[in-house]
Amino acid sequence: MRTAKEKLVVIGNGMAGCRAVEEILTRDPDRYEITIFGAEPRVNYNRIMLSPVLAGEKTFDEIVINGQDWYEENNIALSGGSPVDHIDRDAKTVVTRSGQVAPYDKLVIATGSDPFIIPIPGNDLEGVVTFRDLDDVENMVAAAEKGGDAIVIGGGLLGLEAAHGLSLRGMKVTVIHLMPTLMERQLDEAAGWLLRQELESRGQTILTGANTKEIQGKEGRVAGIELEDGTRVKADIVVMAVGIRPSTGLAKQAGIDCERGIMVDDHMVTSDPAIMAVGECVQHRGLCYGLVAPLWEMCRALADHATDAPTGYPGSVTSTKLKVSGINLFSAGDFSGGEGCEDIVMRDATRGVYKRLVLKDDRLIGAVLYGDTADGNWYFDLLRKEEDLSHIREGLIFGQAFASGGALADPSFAVAALSDDAEICGCNGVSKSTVVTCIEKGAHSLDAVRSQCKASASCGSCTDLVESLLSLTLGGEVESGPQTMCSCTSFTHDDVRRLILEKQLKEIPEVMQELHWTTPDGCSACRPALNYYLMCAWPGEYVDDQKSRFVNERLHANIQKDGTYSVVPRFFGGITNPRELRAIADAVEKYDARMVKVTGGQRLDIFGIRKEDLPAVWADLNAAGLVSGHAYGKALRTVKTCVGSEWCRFGTQDSTGLGVKLEHATWGSWMPHKFKMAVSGCPRNCAESTIKDFGVICVDSGYELHVGGNGGIKVRVTDLLCKVETEEEAMEHCLAFIQLYREDAHYLDRTAPWLERKGLDWIKAQLFDDPQSISRLAQRFRYSQQFSQDDPWAQRAAGDRKDLHSHLAEVRPLAMEKA
Amino acid sequence: MTQATVGKWLDIGPVVQIGPGSARTLPVEGGEEIAVFHTMRGKFYALVNKCPHRQGPLSQGIIHGDTVSCPLHNWRISLQSGEAQGEDEGCTPTIPLKLDAGRIFLLREAVVPQFMPSQPSSAAQSA
Repeated sequence: MRTAKEKLVVIGNGMAGCRAVEEILTRDPDRYEITIFGAEPRVNYNRIMLSPVLAGEKTFDEIVINGQDWYEENNIALSGGSPVDHIDRDAKTVVTRSGQVAPYDKLVIATGSDPFIIPIPGNDLEGVVTFRDLDDVENMVAAAEKGGDAIVIGGGLLGLEAAHGLSLRGMKVTVIHLMPTLMERQLDEAAGWLLRQELESRGQTILTGANTKEIQGKEGRVAGIELEDGTRVKADIVVMAVGIRPSTGLAKQAGIDCERGIMVDDHMVTSDPAIMAVGECVQHRGLCYGLVAPLWEMCRALADHATDAPTGYPGSVTSTKLKVSGINLFSAGDFSGGEGCEDIVMRDATRGVYKRLVLKDDRLIGAVLYGDTADGNWYFDLLRKEEDLSHIREGLIFGQAFASGGALADPSFAVAALSDDAEICGCNGVSKSTVVTCIEKGAHSLDAVRSQCKASASCGSCTDLVESLLSLTLGGEVESGPQTMCSCTSFTHDDVRRLILEKQLKEIPEVMQELHWTTPDGCSACRPALNYYLMCAWPGEYVDDQKSRFVNERLHANIQKDGTYSVVPRFFGGITNPRELRAIADAVEKYDARMVKVTGGQRLDIFGIRKEDLPAVWADLNAAGLVSGHAYGKALRTVKTCVGSEWCRFGTQDSTGLGVKLEHATWGSWMPHKFKMAVSGCPRNCAESTIKDFGVICVDSGYELHVGGNGGIKVRVTDLLCKVETEEEAMEHCLAFIQLYREDAHYLDRTAPWLERKGLDWIKAQLFDDPQSISRLAQRFRYSQQFSQDDPWAQRAAGDRKDLHSHLAEVRPLAMEKA
Repeated sequence: MTQATVGKWLDIGPVVQIGPGSARTLPVEGGEEIAVFHTMRGKFYALVNKCPHRQGPLSQGIIHGDTVSCPLHNWRISLQSGEAQGEDEGCTPTIPLKLDAGRIFLLREAVVPQFMPSQPSSAAQSA
């Protein structure tokens, strides 16, 4: 029999404090005399529902968890609006700011967390708010009533919810996010891209990689912000939602052990056995949590301990959902990959769905779902249980209904179970029986099925189904189809090029999503290829992706075996002059180049330049009128010439002049592979035009045009394409041929293998069957040249992309000298 | 460089100076040049800037997933373990890295072994 009840004091009337009390009451309602101190003058409400309140989708009353009557029924003394000033551990009392003293036998600290305020000028201006409690929401709602511009600093969960709320209330919202991807802690690049697209389509402006320098004010009120890069954005309200930190002030002051949060053991007990702590203010096994699910688990452990039935809290695995209406997004566990991790990726472009599961040792350790989150809870459950999933791995990505369906766990059973009239390919309306008939009639590969009955020939999302039908019908005798672009996709280079145009795909993440890439961010084979294909398809629109370029193209110089670089300026048609030669000689001395060599393409190559010195070398060469020779690029390289009619006894035409003209017209153009040209002034062919990608041999009656030559590993002599009479025709044919190659070849195919694969007849047909073809192709080439004939060296020499050439910092071990 | 003389961790600047899918270098006087990588998925790693094959500067390779393809001969190196992937064999030393408050930190003793006079052997080389 207890004579007097123990006194339990709770600091914090939030979700954790009240939940802890609720849990204790369900275990032993009569044990404690309970007092709760709250800083906010309100009853206990559901803080995570503030976003819907801001968005106008819920009212405050709807998010109250425990109303006044709950406190009364349970004899809980609530001191609302009375912040605690300090804890006196010796006297075992809690003292409020207003002087109220409350003795305790057991104390629970549930002070939660404080929003992080970035230490920048202007952060104290009127109109700068955080997003933490109902006061903040009321501030935002009041600001939104006047309309105007809102800036939300922070593209995390909280920031995006604030941004959504403000847009719904009619403000024009700009989200400023420091990191390159929205919600980078919960989402990978692919899902982040989908989210960004969705938010932008709803009218928000998203600035990523944006570092706020200062908040600008006018008459004490916020007027806008300035970013580190000088960008300015105006605003009538600035919401800072960059993160939270555990509120540990009271605990620290009382001498309780704290690191980032208040340190607690598995029973939520602090370094003082009479004091427990719970919620966002604590640090448990090194982790602090900012989400609600772990809090419930902590409260259970705390209540078990407080009622003498200790169980212990092992820590939480957390999951996240974005509370923005119409956007389905789920993330749980660790999806950042790493050693021993396997990714299963599914992209369904038509439905805007992206799913990625990360497995390690046949166990699910992370999941990102975008667009379709129906299976989120099931995945989360698998993740927490750490179950061995090897028996359902095949069907795992298709969700619970599929993977758990007994025999259905084998995808081929699922396909076998489909009725004959079931639709396999939605794009082309092809039924199962049509596909099976097509296979039985001899289409024994994916490609054959695609060409004969069109199944899987459009978006490709039914490729897996068609492959299952193939193996089902043929019993494992499936012929391997043409080579796919790389192991990240089931499409071939040709498919990818065609679909980029058909579906108007304009960014790498978009291609990967629409074409169902099976890796989150591709590989070193597909990224450069996609970058080229997009640039070729959309010359005026596509923004080059540096991180998808091989080092030579990224640094506009050739990497050599010792990690230094070589630099080749352009000599148009192989011609140079004293000024250029002097500039090269000076650069060689000034930058300590170790060798200068005449190349096979009639130019000078400067060897041994350090990455840091490249911009300075280019600046010096530019000053003498030299531009980049693209000797590093999958691009137009050289136009080799002989001296032709101007000097040579045998020269029939001005081959040097034509070479110069050709090079002026074509330099700077990106190609599937390197591209070399030559012009010889007579059939003696001193410029070796018959082993070039495009060669001209001048004859008395005009110009012979040769294509598809290669002097490399596998020497190939050109095929004669045609003969033309004038220099203008020779030029026009050259541009048309180049454009045909650019638009059709696979990335890293030189003209020789391309021509052998397609056949000379095919190439001739493309160029000559329609009398308009030559001029149309040449016109497309000229159009794209508008955008690519900028000297890349000049931009870099002027300071563009300095980060590519400079070190992060330099480390000198000063401590050695001190010691 | 006073920040280089105190603490277990070496602050090498803000996270934003390395964009996703790229890498930057950190020369260390008397030590190995270090490459700091930022993957497309937002992870950061640090490795000695040398491919185990022919010492290619890994910082200049294309980054995909948690690997980098060496710019010289296309060996794929795990950013997490430094191990060559696939058929190739070899390992590049890794440098412990952590992020805190938007800044990148490297474990000082792995970067500058001279700071640890009791351990004369280079942690970076022997890791």
